[in-house]
Amino acid sequence: MGTEKPPAAELALRLAGLRRDYGDRTALDGVRLELGAAESLVVVGPNGAGKSTLLRVLATLLRPSGGEVVVLGCSLPGEAWKLRGRIGYLGHEPLLYRDLSGRENLRFHARLHGIRGDAAEARIAELLSAAAMERRADERVAELSAGMRQRLAVCRCVLHEPELLLLDEPDSNLDAEGRELARGLIGPGGGRARVVVTHDPERALPDADRALVLGHGGHSVRECAAADLDLDEARLASAGASR
Amino acid sequence: MTPSRVAFAAILGKDLRSELRTLQSLPAMALFSVTTFVIFRFGLDRTHLSGSLAAGVLWATLLFAAVLGINRLFVAEREEGGFDAIRLAPIDRSVLFTAKVTALLIYLLALELIAVPIFALFFLDSAAALGPLVSVLLLADVGLAATGTLISSMAVNSRARDLLVPLVLLPLVVPLMIAATGATEPLLALGGPGYHRFGTWLMVLGLYDLIFALVGYAVFDFLLED
Repeated sequence: MGTEKPPAAELALRLAGLRRDYGDRTALDGVRLELGAAESLVVVGPNGAGKSTLLRVLATLLRPSGGEVVVLGCSLPGEAWKLRGRIGYLGHEPLLYRDLSGRENLRFHARLHGIRGDAAEARIAELLSAAAMERRADERVAELSAGMRQRLAVCRCVLHEPELLLLDEPDSNLDAEGRELARGLIGPGGGRARVVVTHDPERALPDADRALVLGHGGHSVRECAAADLDLDEARLASAGASR
Repeated sequence: MTPSRVAFAAILGKDLRSELRTLQSLPAMALFSVTTFVIFRFGLDRTHLSGSLAAGVLWATLLFAAVLGINRLFVAEREEGGFDAIRLAPIDRSVLFTAKVTALLIYLLALELIAVPIFALFFLDSAAALGPLVSVLLLADVGLAATGTLISSMAVNSRARDLLVPLVLLPLVVPLMIAATGATEPLLALGGPGYHRFGTWLMVLGLYDLIFALVGYAVFDFLLED
């Protein structure tokens, strides 16, 4: 994995002094990082360090309270509208309607993203096959296990072939087979940037180019090449301790 | 950007499919209105109503039945991540407002297809007023759908949603109810439908619809921000 920073024009992300407050509480404070257009970033830190908040800010779902945030060349929050449809977001919730089937949910998302007709059906079939969900695709989401829902959420996340993937604990609820299938869809490669929030650095670090360690209160503890982050240090950071 | 008509059809289709599959709103609205008519019939101890009393019974019942549907209008968006999905998609967010207004309008029309004939059966001597009543119902439904969608989208993030919707909505729809009952009263007068100031009340209803549809369309994007 590369460790040299790419030129500014090729950056997928550039954060300088990012701050996000919830009322009086600061969730992110002074986060700085740069990520190249085809690089993967792994974000580790204890519970409440602001990892999910960081992803929601990058996804344009939350407005930054301060600092500079540039995502795929668009400055937030002013140019957030230019980013819509270019980001694949996989958060804690699968963003699937429980009373619709998996296939109906994917059709709904395809139409929102302007993919219609045969192109949509072909893309949905391709993704369902890649996630080994063809047999269960016509069952209501409410009747599926959490792991099956996560597989569908992965399909939903990449349905519109986004340039940037924002993944919050993407392996949660997935078994070994599910993790492997999901890796084929949202894993590294394919020329797109990825930001992966994880409590499992052992699995995520080898795929990453860069690493960001967040501490309590949303402080940026360390931003470095992934190869420079010791696995033990990453584990301690996830557990809320530091060396 | 995805064309607005495509996004509109996707959201409206999703809502109607979910409702047909789960029947969470319409049956409750219809059952509430029928039960309320029964209570009025025995509470007032009257088998026939006319004029302002008939108009009041009809509109109070339809309004409170509508509140049941308005309460649930954005629940799936809130609890199943629909708001986030729509905010991530390359669509004009006002499309969500227009799709929800249309969905609520369809629920209200379906409710009235059941409730108004039952009202006529319980309280009216003839069905002569039902024809002209359709225009009043349509105009009042548009206003109720626009205001209800706006309030529902504001209240859905509150844990006191079920309390907040009626508390905020009911004062806002007072002008709508005055105009709707004003237009309905002569239609249900003793001796057959009359049209005293009927046109004026229809214009008031139309003006209310226009104001709240424009306000909703203008502020909805802002309401979806965090």
